[in-house]
Amino acid sequence: MSIPDPEISSSPAEGPVTLLIATRKGAWFLKGDSGRRSWKTEGPVFLGHIVHHMVLDPRDRRTLLVAARTGHLGPTVFRSTDAGQSWTEASKPPAFPKAPEGEKGRVVDHVFWLTPGHAGDRDVWYAGTSPQGLFRSADGGDTWESVAGFNDHPMYPAWTGGEQDGTPDGPKLHSILIDPRDARHLYIGMSSGGVFESTDQGGDWKPLNAGCRADFLPDPYPEYGHDPHRVLLHPAAPDVLYQQNHCGIYRMDRREGIWVRIGESMPKDVGDIGFPIVLHRRDPKTVWVFPMDGTEVWPRVSPDGKPAVYVTRDSGQTWQRLDRGLPPSQAWFTVKRQAMAADAHDPVGVYFGTTSGEVWASANEGADWTCIARHLPHIYAIEAAEMS
Amino acid sequence: MKVFVPTPLRSYTRQDVVEADGATVGELLAELDRRFPGIRFRMIDEQGSIRRHVRIFVNREQVMRLDAPLGPADEVQVLQALSGG
Repeated sequence: MSIPDPEISSSPAEGPVTLLIATRKGAWFLKGDSGRRSWKTEGPVFLGHIVHHMVLDPRDRRTLLVAARTGHLGPTVFRSTDAGQSWTEASKPPAFPKAPEGEKGRVVDHVFWLTPGHAGDRDVWYAGTSPQGLFRSADGGDTWESVAGFNDHPMYPAWTGGEQDGTPDGPKLHSILIDPRDARHLYIGMSSGGVFESTDQGGDWKPLNAGCRADFLPDPYPEYGHDPHRVLLHPAAPDVLYQQNHCGIYRMDRREGIWVRIGESMPKDVGDIGFPIVLHRRDPKTVWVFPMDGTEVWPRVSPDGKPAVYVTRDSGQTWQRLDRGLPPSQAWFTVKRQAMAADAHDPVGVYFGTTSGEVWASANEGADWTCIARHLPHIYAIEAAEMS
Repeated sequence: MKVFVPTPLRSYTRQDVVEADGATVGELLAELDRRFPGIRFRMIDEQGSIRRHVRIFVNREQVMRLDAPLGPADEVQVLQALSGG
């Protein structure tokens, strides 16, 4: 496979980093100093709410959206236009259309994923839900409309596989990606369902799973039905896609259209199963992953109780273990698909949060790790943001 | 009529009891949503069903449908079903 070196366009960030921490019991801000050496925990906001995602709008660096629900109440989205000082609820949260009389309609259980729209589409946001649904807002997240081209697609039932076919917390639509060259070119990931692509702003969709394995299905290489845990598009090289899948780590050059399993070169005793995968914003050949035990009953913890991040700097041909500072043994971390992030500094800061409420940080691209917060609730998501 | 509001919904009403009108439970909830925008969707899903962990009682009898009739002297209690962890 021959892939030319892509153009590198973005320059490193220099401002302080804020980690946006979404947990099962509310959301917190972890604010770093300019050297990313000391961190201050602020919050909570929405204490007791189940917060699946908190995302900063990079177009103004002040608007925050939060996907929330409580154990008792329905799902909603909260918005702040002043960097979290005050919040208002969406006046029309994501919801499926009402079904015709006598038919069973779909109900959004929770909003799982939030993605700001294209840089040129100010105020546009996308949301992914459980069960799988795609929603769009054109007013900064205040009102949300069903993306009918996906949610009502004739193939939707086959692609999504029904409500029993998903994660233990319900089937999800996630990894909503927008091609920075073309606001009409979108990708989504579904657990389960696979990766799908639209070239007309969501009007129609096609599966994009060639080369990707689904060893839990009778046909291990089906057209759809896969389980991508997290899918990424490189902002400086938008034809380069990565995914951490239920069945390994993959890379695609979109011009070729075939997923190539790059996790085969991981150590065999660690494997290439995991949930998150993180990009280096200026180097499309570099990604970080957090391997987890995917053997037998899928413990979903660090293999052998020895947590480590792995990095490739050559598009997956080789991987290096990064564990300095992490517990050497008896540490059974689980890191969810949204709970690992990288900042835009040089060197890149890499961060992950565990289901046991710890946040770990590295200010040198994973070479050294420090625990910067503990005793938080079960962490669902981390975003590394530079707020204005 | 009096409507008793559970704690998870008091961020909308700012009080534990509100006065509201409606000939049915559905009309009552629509009236509450006009006054406290967003409150209905937290209790009722987009298909018109009462959410799994929400219970509505009229004069201490649980109602399961939004077309359940109401009178001016009725008391309505919205409760959160048990769900923890």
